Amino acid sequence: MSDTGTTERSVTKADVLRARAMAAGEARRAEREASKAKSGRFSFRRFGAVLYKEFIQMRRDRITFGMMIGLPLVQLFLFGFAINADPRHLPTLVEMGDNGPLSRAVIAGMEQSGYFDFRGQVMGSAAGEEALRRGEANFVVVIPQDFERDVVRGRAPEILIAADASDPSAVGGAAAALAGIVNVAIRETLTGPLATASGAPPFSVAVHREYNPEGKTSTNIVPGLLAIILSMTMVMITAVAIVKESERGTMEMLIATPVRPFEVMLGKILPYVFVGYVQTLVFVLASRAIFGVPFEGSWGAFFLGFNLFIVVNLALGFLISTAARNQMQAMQLSFFTILPSILLSGFMFPFAGMPGWAQFIGQAVPATHFLRVIRAVMLKGGDIADVAAECGALVIILVVISAAAMHRYRQTLD
Amino acid sequence: MNEVLVIDVKGLTKRFGERTVVDHFDIRVPKGAIYGFLGPNGSGKTTTIRMLCGLLTPDEGDGTCLGFDVRRQADRIKEEVGYMTQKFSYYEDLTIRENLDFVARMYRLSKRKQRVDQALEELGLADRSKQLAGSLSGGWKQRLALAACLLHEPQLLLLDEPTAGVDPKARRDFWDEIRRLSARGVTVLVSTHYMDEAVQCDFITYIAYGKKLIDGRSSEIPAMVGLETWRVEGPDLAALEVRLKTEPGVEQVARFGAVLHISGTNKPLLNETVERLKAEGTHRWSLQVAGLEEAFIYLMAGARDNFATDTPPEIAA
Repeated sequence: MSDTGTTERSVTKADVLRARAMAAGEARRAEREASKAKSGRFSFRRFGAVLYKEFIQMRRDRITFGMMIGLPLVQLFLFGFAINADPRHLPTLVEMGDNGPLSRAVIAGMEQSGYFDFRGQVMGSAAGEEALRRGEANFVVVIPQDFERDVVRGRAPEILIAADASDPSAVGGAAAALAGIVNVAIRETLTGPLATASGAPPFSVAVHREYNPEGKTSTNIVPGLLAIILSMTMVMITAVAIVKESERGTMEMLIATPVRPFEVMLGKILPYVFVGYVQTLVFVLASRAIFGVPFEGSWGAFFLGFNLFIVVNLALGFLISTAARNQMQAMQLSFFTILPSILLSGFMFPFAGMPGWAQFIGQAVPATHFLRVIRAVMLKGGDIADVAAECGALVIILVVISAAAMHRYRQTLD
Repeated sequence: MNEVLVIDVKGLTKRFGERTVVDHFDIRVPKGAIYGFLGPNGSGKTTTIRMLCGLLTPDEGDGTCLGFDVRRQADRIKEEVGYMTQKFSYYEDLTIRENLDFVARMYRLSKRKQRVDQALEELGLADRSKQLAGSLSGGWKQRLALAACLLHEPQLLLLDEPTAGVDPKARRDFWDEIRRLSARGVTVLVSTHYMDEAVQCDFITYIAYGKKLIDGRSSEIPAMVGLETWRVEGPDLAALEVRLKTEPGVEQVARFGAVLHISGTNKPLLNETVERLKAEGTHRWSLQVAGLEEAFIYLMAGARDNFATDTPPEIAA
């Protein structure tokens, strides 16, 4: 009761001890005089005390502590294992116009190179085209009809490899390896009279870079940036805005009124949906005017995709706000979710090039799916049907995050 | 009691993890009363108030607040209760008018502008209504908070340490307002640390470490504790204080400025000691009617701190 109106003091054990201590006061006074001489100097004791206190606080702030240990580990794992600038095992489809030993040797050679992972066959160029647009395959290999006969007749037929160049780094390594693969196939299969000693190769391979014929990195990066920009701002702004209410104590006043949790959630989130719209608009204008990125696909698919993505991010921000106790923690946790959005979504590094576990985690990252939507729409001319699967994935993520957020956010403070 | 009970709860219990913050607490508050809620910091006053207005769900216990079930009808209770939090909990980055307007909307009040204007007028802030709430002084913030939680004309006011950090003049004005409200039939439950505020209450309950130690009419509390109190004046009180502590019958020595109040529950033993010391003739002794303050210091000393051995409250929100 230290702050009662009157000045009162009750005799406690502490007071008795204090009286006893007064006797020892003389000795201490002398000690103080002595230490006064060196009081201007750096005190290791004081310094140690601050250091100790800081460690205690660090240990108490579990989230920050976890971030300090966790973040470098996560980065280490991602950069060390998940990120692969020379991606292999890229999903490839084949259109077999000819099924002879030479065709099979070429396919086998491609498979053995490690770059290409044959996932099946397609019939007709339209099917191959669609697989590329939907991102089901990075390559479609077209072996022309009568390929082998043409080789024998010296007509030098052409194997066409259509590559999804919307991510240039994903196809670069594989394309470069093709020449070697073809040579091996020729050497091993064409023997005897068909072997051409040193002349022109009996057939050629043409790589067709689709969607980004010049292989410009900006064409690949810029659409993806929208995913990153939206993830960063939407998640962080929402989380901070909500945590601010509880940090400043206004949340207590708010929930003491008859307002329903859903009203609060919606009322706090909608303004940021508007912010997301503004960001998207600025982005679309800038990507066109400054970077000259094409916009090939349907606006409907784009609209559906970015709305879904904005809502997913807001829900994620809301979820974070239920875990963070202050604005600082909200920022840190938001940052933590942004890391996989950049590294595991296929934004920075080709998704197909990551090992299975990283792809598995990447599938759970909303940015992964939005990135595919926006690349499909802007670069590949995709429409709603082309992005339906990715939008479905976003809906699933949204449902899971929202359920978790609503479960954690309850009207009562307990 | 044949009065109407505004709050009537039994066995209210709240645990945060291992800690029992409120332990089987009963409270009955008659309509129109000013009910004082006393206890040291961390004794569970705020938690109890939060349970009463439906912010927290009790782990055990039940009862009614304004006739609504505290467990199941929290929404109804919220409509009728004005809750003033310990910390200023309105938006510092909104103006005074915007804050009041926001609260009025939360309660879906009709004639909103009129009510807000009236509240501003009564507050005496009509000409400063465009000022940011964050720029107000502590006293003004408190008045704004009170005005905001009275906006929907609640029948019950829950005030959690409303006068902490407010100057004496503002505190007096605040209590004048509380008494006016009480006269109009509004029930007020107020937690406080201040003894001069406690004496203004019709009823008092004292809670320490989650348990209720005593409750009753404020005028009857000292008699319920049953303390005999002597007042001592004279030289070198500090030494006397130390010495008295070990004398038989002396259970409590409290200093009030230049006097000591010596109390005990064993009257004959205490009086015997006092007679003996009186005979020394160094100090002036006089018998005193034990007040609320002695009663509460006594209660405090007897209460066991069941959190003392706990780990630091790092998880407690």
